[in-house]
Parts: sequence; C-alpha cells; structure tokens
Amino acid sequence: MQENTAIKLCNITKRFGEVVANSNISLEVRKGEILSLLGENGSGKTTLMNILSGIYFPDEGEIFVDGKEVTIRSPHDSFELGIGMIHQHFKLVDIFTAAENIILGLPGGANLNLKAVAEEVNALTAKYGFELDPNKKIYEMSVSEKQTVEIIKMLYRGANVLILDEPTAVLTPQETKKLFSVLTNMKEDGKAVIIITHKLNEVMEISDRVAVLRKGEYVDTVNTSETSENALTEMMVGKKVSLDIARTEPKNMRTILRIQNLTCINEDGLKALDDVSFAIRTGEILGIAGIAGSGQKELLESIAGLQNPIGESSILYEPKENERVHELVGKTPMQIKELGVSLAFVPEDRLGMGLVGNMGMIGNMMLRGYRSGKGIFVETQAPTKLAKELKEKLEIATPSINTPVSKLSGGNVQKVLVGREIAMEPKVLMTAYAVRGLDINTSYAIYNILAEEKEKGVAVVYVGEDLDVLLELSDRILVLCDGKISGIVDARTTTKEEIGLLMTQIPQKEEEANGEE
Amino acid sequence: MAKNNELSGKREPLVRIVRRTDAGRIQSWGIRIAAVLVALVICAVLIYALVKMNPLEVYKAMFFGAFGTTRKLWITLRDTAMLLCIGIGLAPAFRMKFWNIGAEGQILVGGVATAVCMIYLKGLPEILLFACMLFLSSLAGAVWGLIPAWFKAHFGTNETLFTLMMNYVAISITSFCVSKWENPYGSNSVGIINPGTKEGWLPDLFGQQYLINVLMVAALVVLMYIYMERTKHGYELAVVGDSENTARYAGIDVKKVIIRTMLLSGALCGFSGFLAVSGASHTISTGTAGGRGFTAIIVAWLAKFNTFTMALIALLLVFLDKGAVEIASKFNLNDYASQIITGILLFFILGSEFFINYRLVFAHKEKHAVQAEGKEA
Amino acid sequence: MTGIITLIQAAIVFGTVIMLGATGEILAEKSGSLNLGVPGIMYIGGISGLVGVFFYERGNADPNGFACLVIAMSCAIAASFLAGLLYSFLTITLRANQNVTGLTLTIFGSGIANFIGGSLNKLAGGVGQISVAATSKVFKTSLPGVSDMGAIGKLLFSYGFMVYLAVILAIVVQWYIFKSRSGLALRAVGENPGTADAAGINVTKYKYLATSIGAAISGLGGLYYVMDYTKGTWANDGTIEALGWLALALVIFATWKPANTIWGSYLFGILYWMYFYIGGLTRSSQELFKMLPYIVTILVLIFVSTKRRRESQPPAALGLSYFREER
Repeated sequence: MQENTAIKLCNITKRFGEVVANSNISLEVRKGEILSLLGENGSGKTTLMNILSGIYFPDEGEIFVDGKEVTIRSPHDSFELGIGMIHQHFKLVDIFTAAENIILGLPGGANLNLKAVAEEVNALTAKYGFELDPNKKIYEMSVSEKQTVEIIKMLYRGANVLILDEPTAVLTPQETKKLFSVLTNMKEDGKAVIIITHKLNEVMEISDRVAVLRKGEYVDTVNTSETSENALTEMMVGKKVSLDIARTEPKNMRTILRIQNLTCINEDGLKALDDVSFAIRTGEILGIAGIAGSGQKELLESIAGLQNPIGESSILYEPKENERVHELVGKTPMQIKELGVSLAFVPEDRLGMGLVGNMGMIGNMMLRGYRSGKGIFVETQAPTKLAKELKEKLEIATPSINTPVSKLSGGNVQKVLVGREIAMEPKVLMTAYAVRGLDINTSYAIYNILAEEKEKGVAVVYVGEDLDVLLELSDRILVLCDGKISGIVDARTTTKEEIGLLMTQIPQKEEEANGEE
Repeated sequence: MAKNNELSGKREPLVRIVRRTDAGRIQSWGIRIAAVLVALVICAVLIYALVKMNPLEVYKAMFFGAFGTTRKLWITLRDTAMLLCIGIGLAPAFRMKFWNIGAEGQILVGGVATAVCMIYLKGLPEILLFACMLFLSSLAGAVWGLIPAWFKAHFGTNETLFTLMMNYVAISITSFCVSKWENPYGSNSVGIINPGTKEGWLPDLFGQQYLINVLMVAALVVLMYIYMERTKHGYELAVVGDSENTARYAGIDVKKVIIRTMLLSGALCGFSGFLAVSGASHTISTGTAGGRGFTAIIVAWLAKFNTFTMALIALLLVFLDKGAVEIASKFNLNDYASQIITGILLFFILGSEFFINYRLVFAHKEKHAVQAEGKEA
Repeated sequence: MTGIITLIQAAIVFGTVIMLGATGEILAEKSGSLNLGVPGIMYIGGISGLVGVFFYERGNADPNGFACLVIAMSCAIAASFLAGLLYSFLTITLRANQNVTGLTLTIFGSGIANFIGGSLNKLAGGVGQISVAATSKVFKTSLPGVSDMGAIGKLLFSYGFMVYLAVILAIVVQWYIFKSRSGLALRAVGENPGTADAAGINVTKYKYLATSIGAAISGLGGLYYVMDYTKGTWANDGTIEALGWLALALVIFATWKPANTIWGSYLFGILYWMYFYIGGLTRSSQELFKMLPYIVTILVLIFVSTKRRRESQPPAALGLSYFREER
C-alpha cells in the first residue's frame, strides 16, 4: 500500500435481496488527488460510496483508512474517520441558517456562539475560495449555495476525504466552474476528493484518476492524462451485449402526440425541461435515454397532465388522421381522460404514484376505470376478473388478489401496474424505468409486453437506464441532457458510445434530429 | 483522525427493528387479542389491589353492571350505539387521513340544533319536527366539519389543531344556549325538554325506549360499510388517504374529496348529537358529548375503519365503562375507575400494533434479514 | 382602575396554568411529538402533588412549609415525567400513532386524577374539604409588603412564586431551544430527523427526553392550578382538561416560541375573564366571550398556514415517527 493512500476498499460486496449492487470491488484513493468514479446509472457507484459514509453495511470486504482496517456502522463513524459525503439529496434543515447546519450535531459548549462559527466558516470559505453567507437560511438558497453549505459542513468537521455524488447535476456551467476551482484548492491542501459522475468532459477536466464501475463490478482505474473520452465511454458502457429482444419493424406509424416547446420548472425553480419538441408515433417504441434527473419525469408527467408547463408549451393529441387535434397542456388528468385520450402511464414511483399501496390487486385494478358505470357503486366484477387474469398471465406472486400490493415484492408490484395499464388498451403507453429493481425474468416479461403493445399499434414511450436494452428494444432513441434534447437517433444504427456522449453533452451544432418527420 | 480504535473489529447492532409484511390476519388478531387479555389481567390485579376482591368476581360484577338487568342492557346498547355512531362518522375522515378530532364539537352543535327544534318548533306535526331536527343537526355538524376541511384543502391548514379548537367554540355556543334556555332559572341547566308532551323525543319501539337508536345506528353500520367499501366516493377517499399523488394520477379532485368527506363526517357526528339529545338525555349541556368524540377516534382507529369491528370495540369500551361504574358503586369508589381501565386497555392495544408491523432481529440472525433494505437511490 | 387591575391579576393567574402547559408542550413538539395528552398530564401533575402533600400534612401536626413545597413539586414532576415517558415509549419505540396515544393519555390521566381526587375528597369528608392549607399557603405567598405598593406593586408582585417560575421556565426553554447547542439538535430532530440522524444526533434520545421533560413542565401547570388557583382543593369539574386544550391552543398562538407564551397566556387570560369586567352582559353572552381565545387561535392557525412564513410553521416532522430504514 502506498504511503499516501487515504482509503482503500478491498473486495467489497453488497447485495440487496437478489440484486448484487457491488460485487467484489477493490479501489483506492490517495491524498491530494481527485478521483472520478464513473459509471452508468445503476452501476453501483452510489451504493459503494454509501458504504463509506455509513449508510449501508457491506456484506463482504474490508475498508482501510490510513492503512488501518476500520468498521463503519453509521454516518457518525464515518465522520470520525474524516470521511464526508455530499449526497445528491442534501441533508440540510431548511429553516436553519448555513452556520446552524454546519455545526449541527457537533460537540461543544452549551451556548451556541453563532458569531464565532460564522467567523470560522468565513475563514474556511476564504481559504478554499467559496462564497457563502453563514447567516442565510437554507430555504432562501439556490441549489449551488446549498451544495456549498454541505461541502463546508464536511470541511468544518475536519473531513480529509470528500465524496461528492453527482455534484454538477444541479449546477449551471458557471457554478460548476467555481466548484471545480474549489475542489482543486482542496486537493492542493492534501485532501482526497472523490466525485461520482457520468459527465465525461468533467471527468477529463477535473480528475487525476478515473475508476470505472459497470453493472456493480469494478472495471479499472486509469490516469486521466493517459485516457480519452472515447476510451472511458467504452469502459463505462462495455461491449455491446446481445439481449435477444425480439424487435419487429414498426408498422403504420403516424404521429399521435406532438410535443412542442415544452418547458417545465421544478421545485428548485430550475428548468427541468427546456424547450423540448418531438413527436410520439404509433406502432413504434420511442426510447428515452439520459442521466437520471435530466427531465424524464417531468416529460412524462407533463403529457399525463400532472405538471404545469410554462410559456409556449404545447402538447397536441391527434386521435386519428385528419381529426380534430386536442391541446393537452393546461388540462387535468380527468379532463384529458374525458377527451378520450387513452393514455397509460407507468410512473417511476410505483407505490407513491400509480398504485394504492394499502389496497389489493382488485382495488388497484379499479383505479383507472372505477368511474365507469352509472350509479354510485363501484363495479367489482370486472376488476376482480382482471386481477385474476393478470395474476395468472403475468405470474404475479401474491397470496391473494386482496393482499395489499405494498406487501408484494418490487417485481410483482410492477407487474400489477404494467398489467393494469396495458389492460386499458391504451393508444399511448408511457413507462419510466419499468424494469428498475426487477430480476432478469421479470424484466424480459416486461420487454415482451412492450413489444406486443407496439405490434398492436400502440405508441410506446420507454424511459430507460440500461443502454443495451434501449438499443435493442427501441426504434428511435431520444436522448435528454439537462432538460434539453441532445439528439434523436435511430436505435438500429446508433452505438452505445454515441448515446453515451449525447447523454453527457449537447452537440455544439444543433443537429436536425434524424428521426423527426 | 486515528482515534478510532473502537471502530475496528466488526460489531453490528445487537437488536435491529425490521418492518414485517408477513403477519396475516389470524396472526394480527392473535396479537391484538393477547394484548387485550394482558390488559385485562393487569386491570384485574389493579382492582384486586384496590378492593381485595377476587378478580373473577370482579369481572362477573362488571358483567352484571353492563348486562345484568334489562334496563342495564338497554342502556349499554344505547351508549354503544351512540359511541359507534360517532365512530362511523369519523371513519371516512380518518381513512382519508384527515385527523378530525373535532367530533366533540360536531356532536354538540348537532345537539344544540336538535334542542333548538325541540324548543322553538314544538307544535309542528311530529314528522315535520323530526325532519327538521334530523336535517338541522346534520347540517350543523356538517358546517362544523366543513370549515376546517375547506382550509385544509386550500391552504393545508393543520386539521388536527383546527378541529380541536372548533370543539371549544362549540362548547361556548352550547353554554350560551344552556344559559339562555335555563330551566329552572339559576340551575345552570336546561332540564328535560318538553317533559310533558315528549315532543321531539324519539318514540318507543315495541315498548323499548332505545330500540330505535340501536336500529338506526345498526343501519348506519351497514350503510357506511357499503359507502366505504363499495361506492365510488368511498374508493376515492381511500385513494386520497393512501397517496395524494396516486389520486391526482387517477384524475381524482383531491380538494373536492376532502371537503365532501368532511361534510359527511361532520353530518354524521351532528346526527350523533341528535341521537344524544332526542334519543337519550332529552336535554342539552356541555357534557352532551362527554369525551365520546375522542373515544370514538380510538374506536375507529383500532377497528381499521371496518364498521363491524367498530361495533365490537365500542361494545367492549362501553362494557368496561358500565362494569367499572358497577364495581365503583359496589365498593364505594368513584366512577372514574372506568377511565383508568379504558386507558390501560387502549395503551396495550396501541402498543400491540408494533408487533404486527415490525419484527425484532437479533444480531446472529442478521444474515437472514437483509432483504428488507433499500436499493440504490 | 381597580377593575383593570383585578382583571389583569386574574388573567395572570389563569395564564400561568396554561403558560406552563404550553411551555412543556412546545418542548415536546419541537422534537416532533404532538402530545395531545397534555390535559391528562396536567391532571396527573396536579393530583400527584396534591396526594403527596395531603398525606404529609395529614401525618404532621406542624407541617414544614419548605418540605410541603419540595414534596408537592417533586411528586408532580416525577408523575408527569413518567406520563411523558409512557407516551414516548408508545409513540417513539413502539411507533403507535401520536394522536391516538395522546388522546388515550388524556382519558387515562383524567381518569386517574379524578379517581384519586374523588377518593381524597371522600377521605377528607367532602368536596372542598381537602386540607393542604400549609402547602397552599406556600404556593400563594407573595412578597411581603405588596399591598402597600400601590397598583404597580399589586400588578407585579402579588402572586405566588410559581407565576414567576413559569415566566423563568418559558425564558429558559426559549433560550434552550433557540440559543443552545443541544436545542439546535432538538429542532433538527423535529424538523428533519433523517438529517439529524445523519449528523450523528441520537434522535430517539432527544425525542424521549424532550417529550418527558416537556411533560414534567406541563404537569407543573396542573400543580399550580390545584395549589394556587383552587387553593389546594379538588373538584371533578373538568376545568383542568379545558385548560389543557387551551395550552395546546397557546402553543399554536405562540408559533412554537416559549417566550411568546408569556404574553400570549396573559392575553388568553384577559380574553377569558373579560366578560366579567364588561358591564351589561347577560350571563349567556358572557359564555360567548369565553370562546375568544379559541377563535383567536384559529385565526392565527389560518394566518400561519396562508402566510407560509417558514419560521412560524409547526415543526416539519410533527406527528410523524422516525424509522431510519424507511427512506
């Protein structure tokens, strides 16, 4: 082991049920360097770092800090070892000031001397080149300021190893630049910095070395100066794996939904979607690729009537060729339904939106159609029949069709949701991360369902994270980057590398999307 | 930084709490019944310590207190009906996760409205009088429910605290009316209303004074069960209670459902006030609700909003109450003993839910219980 | 003039009961425990103090004033602390629903207090016959020479020591919550237990202690009511319960800041007693006046929710139980 090794991970394995999130990973980070941890969504980066920060306990493997073997059982242990992690979702108390958040949980005198803390914070910010008002409340801050508070919080606690989970995902280019200069200052101060990212240009710009993970496994660590973006992409996405998903040629394609200039603002007041225009067509699967949080959620929810798009946004629905066109923006889900728009939507958060956790399969089958039929009573025969059919057809493992779905495993929950949405015989089917957390067999069952729907002439939108699947399942792939469309490519001719690059950067010249009519 | 000697070596927490999902219906009820039994044993010990009476004799005496004579039986049934009626009113609100702890107030305004009719509208044909009483008492309760619901739906105003405050506004209104209608003067009570003519009193049925109360509430048990389990409204409020996002996803107008459900909940509590005044006491006072608005919350909650289970729990609580009063009078103790027993019983039932929802995992079993953890965010 | 002075005096005595109740409840609510058992806890505090000194004075021909004080205070504090502990165990460890547990505690507390109180009355020979004269005297003793000090002296110094203790406690708790290091941690627990946990704060310990100590303070409100307000007697008239709910209202009115309970409680007292000093009211319209504190509280609650000023909101995690693995 080298003298200046800050942390060394040996053979770390972490399983969640049957899913292996980290398999036998060994990795080291040195003092005075910036290490990039690169990998696609679901490659196990965050899990690995959560082990270091005391959120998860590894099933196997050893951790060495400064050459000594340690056990990290809680975030507290992690602090004690000088490890500080800045999560994607900031752990800050909204109504506290920056200074209050920074000293939260630290030992010291009974009286809070916030003035002294503010001075210390100011000293730290000056040293590394941050800008921060210690007396500002968190809820008044921009995302980048909140991130600054998190970083200072770690430095204030004497962190020598700083882990940042996708720090630039929420920042503007100017803010990113500032952050990088701060990180460089910290590196020069002898601290070890790990940034989790999948933005290649940033990796090249900031890091000294790059460690690559793929599907829970460690690929390699290379020196940044000796590699290139293309080489890293290949390490990250790997050789194309053949999945044998049956893909037919699209038939009877025609535009059913025309999205124009769609713009949405998220909770933080940032543009989650920025002037997005494209068409959704019947009889094909439109794959949507992109780093998590690039606007996928807002895109689907806008179409479903669950967001409030702003400005010139327009979503036009054309039920049949040369029929009256309906504008969906500004309509509630109910109004959209009343227009006869047959829209199925499998959202990302299955139990929080889409299913009723406390109800059994029957109750969940009713969710879409309970209003049908006259009178005040809900009709239960058809949903019961449907529940039985689905249980049979999709092999849903549940003690009974009355067992609350929140008690089922993730895969079965998803089958209930997908099954219900398909059963309404939609014209448009939108799915977000439809196979996340599912085992291989269930995933294939879902792929087959989507392919069947496409055969039937349904317009299918598939938001996915596994590029191999996107390439084999979709007809076109729309790539989102920071809420903008960075490209629409033909899934049959494109490569993983091309999509990987589009995910991380928008081409300089606005290319005409080739799949567009 | 190397002050971490205690961090080396593998030590995992000794006991961990893990959510369990496998407790079936039989197991769940087994745990609950065990809790009730333990509570009853503890109460028995307590009573023994106080009165040195054989615990079995104690429960026998309690049984006599609740069901010993026809009159006692009917009073027990009447009070059960009243408590159950309030619980039925609360059930839809609580299933929607709207914390209506304002039943006390809703009962009182319903009771006041009933008394208003009995006092000012006497002389009306009986049918018309009852129609007015029913309508106005339900309306008063509904308004009392609507006010906090409207603010909850539009501004997210905390309904727990709002409905609680509404109780005391209702109490003041009741006090106001009581002193207005005082009879005889200076007694600070209304006395029995229309004692001679019995106008506005719920009539006897088959010679039984309280049979009509029991029948009406029994009908409500069935109707509310159907409303919650079989109607579109009932379905919508259950979805809202589970997840507002899912409700929006399904195109449900969440605000409308909140307001509609609270109108119903308030109206039924107002109707309970009608039962209390017209069907039982024939008078009105600030004690007309008598804390039953709070007890009914517990009835509805413990029964998981199943109206038939609620009937059982209401009966159990009224039985304990009557039984304890019997023991108290027998041994020259005071009536409040029943509240103590009720409290102990409820504490045990509340605590028992933990063992239905969670499981304790000890360190050496750790490896078998790792499935319960989350996935990468 | 005398009318106003007696009104304010009455308001201060009345206010002290709910100030103690509310100060304790704020401490609990800041940790995320919405303890609707306050009325029950105040009952328990009141009766325990009374029972303690009742038997002490009964056994001693010449009770020592200081001993009376210590016995009353420690019985009240210990019993209400235990009640808070019971609530904590059920809601924090066993994760029972807070509202239902609190209501049950109120039923239980009022039952136990009225049961014992009624028995004491019987033992003493009738309502109002409980003789804890020595203790009540200690609680009611004001600074000597006050009567000579004119209006200001009467307004400021004519009360028993607990009036001042309540103010001091409110100030101390205010300081603790908003100015001390541990108070910062407490607020974090009530706002965002996940974040507090990640910062290395023992969430369970904080919730237990804040809820139980808060209960002990609320219990003192009950004791003050029994010893000073009703002069050491017991009546099963439900007043303590009404005051307990008013204490909960005061928490909202004070927007979770103990210092605000000082003037808030006196204002509630004035609103409550005002009917007595306004001429020409019939007895029935006097009753309507008594709803003023509640109406004012409702208005504050609405105002706070529409304004959405972050500092005036209830603690964000109020009423929720925390389980680290559920995220």
